[in-house]
Amino acid sequence: MGFWSVLTSIIPSAIAYTIPILMGALGGLYSERSGVTNLCIEGLMLFGVFSAAATIVKLQAIPGFSFTLAIVIGIAVAMIASTLLSLLHAFAAINLKANQVISGTAINMLSTAVSLFLAQTITGSGNITIVRAIVRQNVPVLSKIPLLGPLFFTSTYWTTWVCLFIWALSWFLLYKTSFGLRLRACGEHPSAVASAGVNVHRMRYIGVMLSGFLSGLGGACILVTYAGEYNAGSGINGLGFLAIAALIFGQWKPLGILGSTFFFGLCMTIANMGKVFPVFQNIPTGYLGMFPYVATLIALIFSSRKSAAPLASGEPF
Amino acid sequence: MKGKNNGKPLEARKASPLVVSLSAVFLGIVAGCVFILCIGKNPFAGFERILFGALSNTRRIGNTLGMSTQLILIGLSVAFAFKTGLFNIGASGQMLMGGITGSILAYYLPMDMPRFIYLPIIIIAAMLAGAFWGFISGFLKAKFNVHEVVSTIMLNWIAYWICYDFIPRFIIDPTISVKSKPIETVHTLRADWLTELTGFSTLNYGFLLSIIMCVIVWFILQKTTLGFNLKAVGSNRFCAEYAGIKVNRSIMVSMAIAGALASLGGLTYYCGYSNIMEMGKMPNEGFDGIAVALLGNCSPVGIFFSAIFFGILKMGRGSLAATGIPTEIADTIIATIIYFTATNVILASFWNGIFHRSFSRKEDAVLAYMKSRNDNTPVEKLTKEEFRLYAKEGKALAKAEKEGK
Repeated sequence: MGFWSVLTSIIPSAIAYTIPILMGALGGLYSERSGVTNLCIEGLMLFGVFSAAATIVKLQAIPGFSFTLAIVIGIAVAMIASTLLSLLHAFAAINLKANQVISGTAINMLSTAVSLFLAQTITGSGNITIVRAIVRQNVPVLSKIPLLGPLFFTSTYWTTWVCLFIWALSWFLLYKTSFGLRLRACGEHPSAVASAGVNVHRMRYIGVMLSGFLSGLGGACILVTYAGEYNAGSGINGLGFLAIAALIFGQWKPLGILGSTFFFGLCMTIANMGKVFPVFQNIPTGYLGMFPYVATLIALIFSSRKSAAPLASGEPF
Repeated sequence: MKGKNNGKPLEARKASPLVVSLSAVFLGIVAGCVFILCIGKNPFAGFERILFGALSNTRRIGNTLGMSTQLILIGLSVAFAFKTGLFNIGASGQMLMGGITGSILAYYLPMDMPRFIYLPIIIIAAMLAGAFWGFISGFLKAKFNVHEVVSTIMLNWIAYWICYDFIPRFIIDPTISVKSKPIETVHTLRADWLTELTGFSTLNYGFLLSIIMCVIVWFILQKTTLGFNLKAVGSNRFCAEYAGIKVNRSIMVSMAIAGALASLGGLTYYCGYSNIMEMGKMPNEGFDGIAVALLGNCSPVGIFFSAIFFGILKMGRGSLAATGIPTEIADTIIATIIYFTATNVILASFWNGIFHRSFSRKEDAVLAYMKSRNDNTPVEKLTKEEFRLYAKEGKALAKAEKEGK
């Protein structure tokens, strides 16, 4: 297997792993930039996986119901469900001035327990497997471009393009609109923003709810792209925490997190596809499995020292 | 008049941590009832089954205490780090490290080794492994400012994959290729007299160890300079630094001790409670330990009792199958309780409001009574006994006054 063919099989898979982490990290970005520490990305994403899986399974069981429509509805339901769950964190963190780290952990545990509880009542087991996920497609004209075509535009999921569009929109929203300026200011000097007549609590609610919305989308993407099932046993393997690490590694900036999540996506691919490539055949599964987490720790060592965290993140107002 | 009530004016009671914790438990159970009602089952039957499953005979009580053992140790671990202002959610990984160290030693140490030499060896080895695992997070936090929540989660998964690699390599059971071979009873923490006393339950020496650890943790935190330094760092890092306490060192020491406690929990779990390790399984107890510590208000006594409460929930849920309620209801209740302990501000202010209202009602009664006797002593100067007596006497007077208006 030549270098080129290895690359053309790694990159599309890495992109598929990147997108959910990117959405989780982007959600965390909104929340932290508005001044609320959000460690419940993991729980919100898991809840997205579960609610999308439950919805899609129910809809795909209806004879004659379009598979694609079922997936679209499932993604929408996941986004709404995770937004509702994130409201719990917002209420605790903003109104009750609770310890945001503990509240986030509680949401993570609540999400794991409630989704498993509901899965047991719906399907009778801890797993929900959907009938059909999104089919990979080549982008019509762009996939014919030499070099770039095979790497980025062949066998892609349509959700990838939606998510990338949302990422670009977020960049515009955060840096080119007055809403974005206010949101970012809420995370730096909330009292200054309040004296300018902006409702800090409302901005923070929007920040946390957007994080729920995007994490739900990320979770649904995991389900409809590479996973294909909700599995209570392994959950989402700490992917939500990888998203938080990517947020720190990307220094709380949209462009930064695009780079850092792609790095983690690449690590995930190496961990999961190691068996396929002869280069990795002699390395035991255990070492490949821990690779993304070790890489994350090393990345954090280099990026945490000079932290650009929002000043007021985690401070109740 | 000075000197009465130690110079403090009488005022309304404040909500104690115990009241807040009990309210959180109450709300958690209410939430559990709501969930059970949502799926159309009878919540009272469910809770009755949980109590039956956990406490109905000596064997079940023994099993509940056996389950509580690791919850006590992990609760202590989380609480210890919490006192230094650190949030240790890596107890699962530390448990795995303690468990794998203990299991490998149990497998390879000679069988005819006397127990009084063998037991200290595996206990110390497991604690060292966990201390190292906790120390990594502390080191990364102190030297590189890596958030301990993220680093401990990453270390959890690294420990998970280490076990995934070590179990088949060293201690696999050839007939079931995803589990380790059960450890011989002489090499576990189980003791014949404890097993026989509780009708062959899983209760083991770990329970005694966990009580000893409660005392040791209390002693370190309350009676030693080390404990004082750690708590100082936890309450105000910059103030502690200014006072000359080595903050970075304290963070590393605290995480190492927390790791050692959690891995001892792992040892009691894998070499006493279950005696086997499964590949690809992250122990849930590491997260339940957070609930134990928070509910117990991070005090060793509180942790002991809250661990037994969670032990009852976790052991009793096994008997739920007959009622058709999914056993995950126990985890749902645990998670809800953590949410409510995190939002303890609202619970505390709720109780403070109630105490305040009842106090001001009593104050009115006292004033009415004193007015009737032309007593001009300010209310603040009364002793507790006088206050209580006057409030009782003046109750009717105050009521009459109110109705008169």
